[in-house]
Amino acid sequence: MRAVGIILAGGRNERLGALTENRAASALPVGSCYRAIDFPLSSMTNSGIQKVAIITQYNSRSLHDHLSSPKWWDLGNKQGGMFVFSPYQSGENSMWFRGTADAIFQNLTYLKRSNEPYVIISSGDCVYKMDFNKLIAFHEQKQADITIAYRQVPDGDDIRQYGVMELDQAERMTDLEQKPLEPQSDLASIGVYIISRPLLIELIETIVSEGRYDLVLDLLSRYRKRLRIYGYRFDGYWRNLGSIHSYFDCNMDFLRREIRNDFMLQHPYIKTKPKDEPPAKFNNDAHVVNCIVGSGAILNGYANRSVIFRRVFTGDRSHITNSILMEGTHIWNDCVIENAIIDKDVILHSGARIIGTPESPIVITKGQEVKA
Amino acid sequence: MKIYGKEVDNLRKSEMIAMLLAGGQGSRLGVLTSNKAKPAVPFGGKYRIIDFAMSNCVNSGVTTVGVLTQYRPLQLNQHIGIGSPWDLDRRRGGVTILSPHMKTASGEWYAGTADAIYQNMDFIDQCNPEYVLILGGDHIYKMDYSRMLAFHKKNNCDVSIAALEIPIEEASRFGVINIRDDNRIYEFEEKPPKPKSNLVNMGIYIFKWDLLRDALERDNKIHPDSDFGKHVLPMLLEEGRRMFAYPFLGYWRDVGTVESYWAANMDLIQTVPDFNLYENFDKTYTDSDHQPPLFTGLNSEVKASIVSEGCEVLGKVYNSILGPDVIVEEGAVVINSILMKSCYVGKNSVLDRTIVDAHCKIGDNTHLGADVGEIVPNIHRPKIYDTGITVVGEHSEIPGNVRIGKNCVIYGKTTSDDYPEGQLDSGQSIVKEVNQSGVRS
Repeated sequence: MRAVGIILAGGRNERLGALTENRAASALPVGSCYRAIDFPLSSMTNSGIQKVAIITQYNSRSLHDHLSSPKWWDLGNKQGGMFVFSPYQSGENSMWFRGTADAIFQNLTYLKRSNEPYVIISSGDCVYKMDFNKLIAFHEQKQADITIAYRQVPDGDDIRQYGVMELDQAERMTDLEQKPLEPQSDLASIGVYIISRPLLIELIETIVSEGRYDLVLDLLSRYRKRLRIYGYRFDGYWRNLGSIHSYFDCNMDFLRREIRNDFMLQHPYIKTKPKDEPPAKFNNDAHVVNCIVGSGAILNGYANRSVIFRRVFTGDRSHITNSILMEGTHIWNDCVIENAIIDKDVILHSGARIIGTPESPIVITKGQEVKA
Repeated sequence: MKIYGKEVDNLRKSEMIAMLLAGGQGSRLGVLTSNKAKPAVPFGGKYRIIDFAMSNCVNSGVTTVGVLTQYRPLQLNQHIGIGSPWDLDRRRGGVTILSPHMKTASGEWYAGTADAIYQNMDFIDQCNPEYVLILGGDHIYKMDYSRMLAFHKKNNCDVSIAALEIPIEEASRFGVINIRDDNRIYEFEEKPPKPKSNLVNMGIYIFKWDLLRDALERDNKIHPDSDFGKHVLPMLLEEGRRMFAYPFLGYWRDVGTVESYWAANMDLIQTVPDFNLYENFDKTYTDSDHQPPLFTGLNSEVKASIVSEGCEVLGKVYNSILGPDVIVEEGAVVINSILMKSCYVGKNSVLDRTIVDAHCKIGDNTHLGADVGEIVPNIHRPKIYDTGITVVGEHSEIPGNVRIGKNCVIYGKTTSDDYPEGQLDSGQSIVKEVNQSGVRS
């Protein structure tokens, strides 16, 4: 493989509220058994990348917990493998990462000690599946300095939350504007970049010495005229877990067969840390329709249009619709849950009612106990 | 040097290692073991039978396990791999597959249970344990072998044998153990017509290694097909060794027949099962690298069933066990059945009391386990298929629009030409040529 990977998983996102109170956005549970980072990480290893660095900072414990062993992603190698970088103290520097470029700068040894010609950079909180070999082929064919993967933003998705790109006929990028008030196109960067490794080292050293620390603003955007930057169109499923709403919608997307086909039922699979749970158990009065269910769940009541994670228990006559129940949720008898995100290990005592609206699903924070 | 060497030896020493006998065919499971050893037969959806003994070892702190294979070991070897699912991928110890092998003069198959251990004495010597735990790989149970070892030490046993109380009318099918009040064994009876007690041998033994080593060497001179139950244990008893029965109280099933295999699977779907896989301690581990969620469709109904990862249930499933990645299409009904990994059930098909091995494809509008013809035991293997259960072997295909009766066996790729008048009467079989790997040609 001719590329090493870097996954940027350190950022903080206020718009996720209680969901990221105790976890990094990249550690968000998705699709009943995954964490967000499984998607970029599996994309990398499935493409043959054998050396991946994951840069963590905000609430990094949750990620360290998930990334307990590289072997779950076939990265338990002596050559290459998985590197998890958190801010650390040293003789010359005891700083937090001041930005994405600074985070790479503080771990530049990782790049200097590699031999692969390219670096593929991805954000850690996006759900997608990409074959990076195609990205490399495109990058080489265009003889680009940097290639940025983009997608055409569909109607109904607010483009002003993304980095908006303008491309010329040859797909060379002419402009890149972060979260523009008046977007000039409907093409948005998906936070996946490829760049030659020596060039990245050079650029990072230059901009950090000038006191600039952001990869997108200070490198991609600032150098857009000087470097040959191209856009690579990605037509697959992609979603950023940037807000409670997009997190909710992304989970619900897994109820669509084509999405499950893409991520779960067809090679190459998205890999995750295994949990040794027994098969899900449906008891006599269970009535569970249009749901995905993780292993180890024990179900007794009614559930419709919901995402049920591993080890969830639902009691008799419980009534669950349009909700996400994260791992270890315990719901006693006669509970009603509608339009809700129930975080991990929540206990709902008999008769509890949690009712949100489809526009703003209610979030019950991790470990909470809810009485009737 | 000598002192240094001794220290190293003591560090290397594991107190107890396990030798897991997994070479048996399990011929009474019929077509289910036609291409894999009995311990490799899937159980409880995502597991294989050997997972229970393997997980027990790890959960008991026994981290050196030799797995003795012989009959069709491919699937078993692949399943065990380097032992990662059981955390047995270790620098020292871990799992070692021990297959029959050539020696300088000749090569020999394992001729009996004790002979298999005899032929691997060099492996055990290398591990240098104080005690050796001998296990079968074909039973469903959870047991803490470290407690049995504590019992063994407390009673200063030469041999301890795990023993289970069963209804006395069933005892004549087993090796019966007769004990005194202090649990010391004074007699073995092998499948006695009139058993004196209802305490039966579970095939789980702890020996002091030096004693077992000596016994194996002596017995092998007399019996080339040396067997624990028939030869070694009676010999040691006759010599007056301290042999004790370790009473086991818990769920234990021998899944050696099609009916008992089916029934033990069905035990898992009780609301509170006797054999509970859902506890948070002493879990059962298995090789499953890919664990996506299952999906239940808008018109689906799943009741009293366990369903594994990656299943897509669009039809109805009652009282059944579904392995990973099974698809049950719209309108299909699965009742009282076991479907193993990656099976496909076409639209509006019905399965009743059917066991379908992995990777089978069943067409639309087909009915298995139907009341077709007179209900008789299977004509070719009447002792194996006689309780109404129809069995479909691995990688088989069944076309759409056929009716298949009870006690039937299907193995291989069948087409509608194989079903004159679109049906197969109860008790009939269709078994096609299969190649060496067990995959239908």
